[in-house]
Amino acid sequence: MADPMRIRASMAGDKVEVRVLMSHEMETGLRKDAAGALVPPHFIQNVTVTHAGKTVLSAQWGTSISKNPFMHFRFKGGKPGEKVTISWVDNKGERRSDEAVISGG
Amino acid sequence: MSFHHLPAAVLVGVLAAALPCICVAQQDTQKEIERYRQLLAEGNPADLFEARGEELWKTPRGPKKASLEQCDLGLGAGVLKGAFAQLPRYFADTDRVQDLESRLVTCRVTLQGIDPAEATRNPFSAPGRPSDMEALASFVAGQSRGMKLAAPLRHEKELEAFRTGEQLFYRRAGPHDFACVSCHGESGKRIRLQELPKLTDPDDAQKIFTTWPAYRVSQGSVRTMQHRLYDCYWQMRHPQMDYTSEASIALEVFMAKYANGGEIQAPGLKR
Amino acid sequence: MKLRGVKFVAALALGLAGCAGGVSDDEARARAEQIFRESFTHGNRQMAAKVETQDEVQALCSRYRNEPPKDVAEKIEREQAAGIRYPASGKFLGDWKQGEKIAQDGYGMRFTDPDTKRPNGGGCYNCHRIAPAEISYGTIGPSLYRFGALRGAGEATQRYAFGKIYDSQAYLACSHMPRFGHNNVLTEEQITHLVALLLDPDSPVNR
Repeated sequence: MADPMRIRASMAGDKVEVRVLMSHEMETGLRKDAAGALVPPHFIQNVTVTHAGKTVLSAQWGTSISKNPFMHFRFKGGKPGEKVTISWVDNKGERRSDEAVISGG
Repeated sequence: MSFHHLPAAVLVGVLAAALPCICVAQQDTQKEIERYRQLLAEGNPADLFEARGEELWKTPRGPKKASLEQCDLGLGAGVLKGAFAQLPRYFADTDRVQDLESRLVTCRVTLQGIDPAEATRNPFSAPGRPSDMEALASFVAGQSRGMKLAAPLRHEKELEAFRTGEQLFYRRAGPHDFACVSCHGESGKRIRLQELPKLTDPDDAQKIFTTWPAYRVSQGSVRTMQHRLYDCYWQMRHPQMDYTSEASIALEVFMAKYANGGEIQAPGLKR
Repeated sequence: MKLRGVKFVAALALGLAGCAGGVSDDEARARAEQIFRESFTHGNRQMAAKVETQDEVQALCSRYRNEPPKDVAEKIEREQAAGIRYPASGKFLGDWKQGEKIAQDGYGMRFTDPDTKRPNGGGCYNCHRIAPAEISYGTIGPSLYRFGALRGAGEATQRYAFGKIYDSQAYLACSHMPRFGHNNVLTEEQITHLVALLLDPDSPVNR
């Protein structure tokens, strides 16, 4: 299983500001290893962020997203103390889900 | 651009206009690179390494099933805050000058019982083969974030290491006649688009030396000072430098003398 | 260059002051050499053997930190100049298009460069500005943009350019620039392509 995501969620005005750093190789499938063989593609395909049972962000990623991706976004409707859950699934079907508590800001 | 067909007066005017244009273009390039770096600085993947390093520090491992929490990095067993800021330094228990990585190796061997060959087997990660040393170095360095570098340079062996490092810094060798000073002997120079610090000038050294270890985007991993030196020697057409070799520590002591006083910004973010 | 004598005296004074700890420069150097030899033991041993020994120029330039006293500098320049092997054909100008490739290419002689059939690059853009289309250039060396346009491409200039690339220290003792010909980094033919890049009127450097 990949390393845990590093998530920071805090209030910024009336919105929740989320910063998430994901640990993932994000192999494009175009890179060659030392022996000259193509390294198979291995990248996050779907990202979902939920809060209070609702999806607040949904993303479909491809091979142009770099290794150890970082995402920064805001959404409305969250309050301090509530949880934000971030999940990803990659092209091999591997998945990871982590949550963070919204801080006061 | 062809100026051949222009009359002389116009030619002079165009040339006069062209010269400042070259200067401004260079400054614009510099500004854009700086802006790009600032955008990248948020979400530094070194964060992931720090987190993993903390876990490795606290987890019992090796034949002795011990954590690294009793590791003495110079300020006493288990003292993390400020320890990195005072490295490299002399250690009485090993009777030698050690840097962060060499001290982490010592602790893995003595506290955890890991075989020395095993402890130094994978210092630099490769895809699919993460390095524990990079994570541990990131974690420990981060514990000195914001503090001023204050490597001691007092003990006889520390001074000796400085003198050795000084000799090595100027040592020209190999098919390209390179020494460290070839690239790090003047301020305001760069290789391709990468600026180079003059390592014997505190103005440069204090700003740059303290940004290591750093996540290197081109490497997809945190890289440490040991890797920086190994990578320099690669470019200098030298062979692979031994991990935590005495030469590497001597060079670090030499550099620390000029970098002391600089604010530790590690783990940093670099290309 | 005019200040060499003054700098030498100053350096000597500093050197003596530095001996306060009782360790001479020679002692420090001997110890450093020992430590150097012990610090590259697990890697490529052939390369280690080459870097463990410095040639006379490397040893002198290390010792004087690239600011040798006047007499030492003149001797270095004289001896390096005498060692330049100019093309037997007398032809200094090759193909600038190949020269641009050689100038861009940093390949060769690193411990990850095993392919001995692939020619070494000059890595010139690492230190120099050359053709204007390339903005990713270094500033360790002077700009070579318009090199030929400013000097003309006469035979003396061709010979100078060839010699400078072959052995920069024939012109400036302890120059930072690698001695590409003397140290067998680049072949004679490769150097002629670089001369063309610098001097050919059709080269982007001069257009």
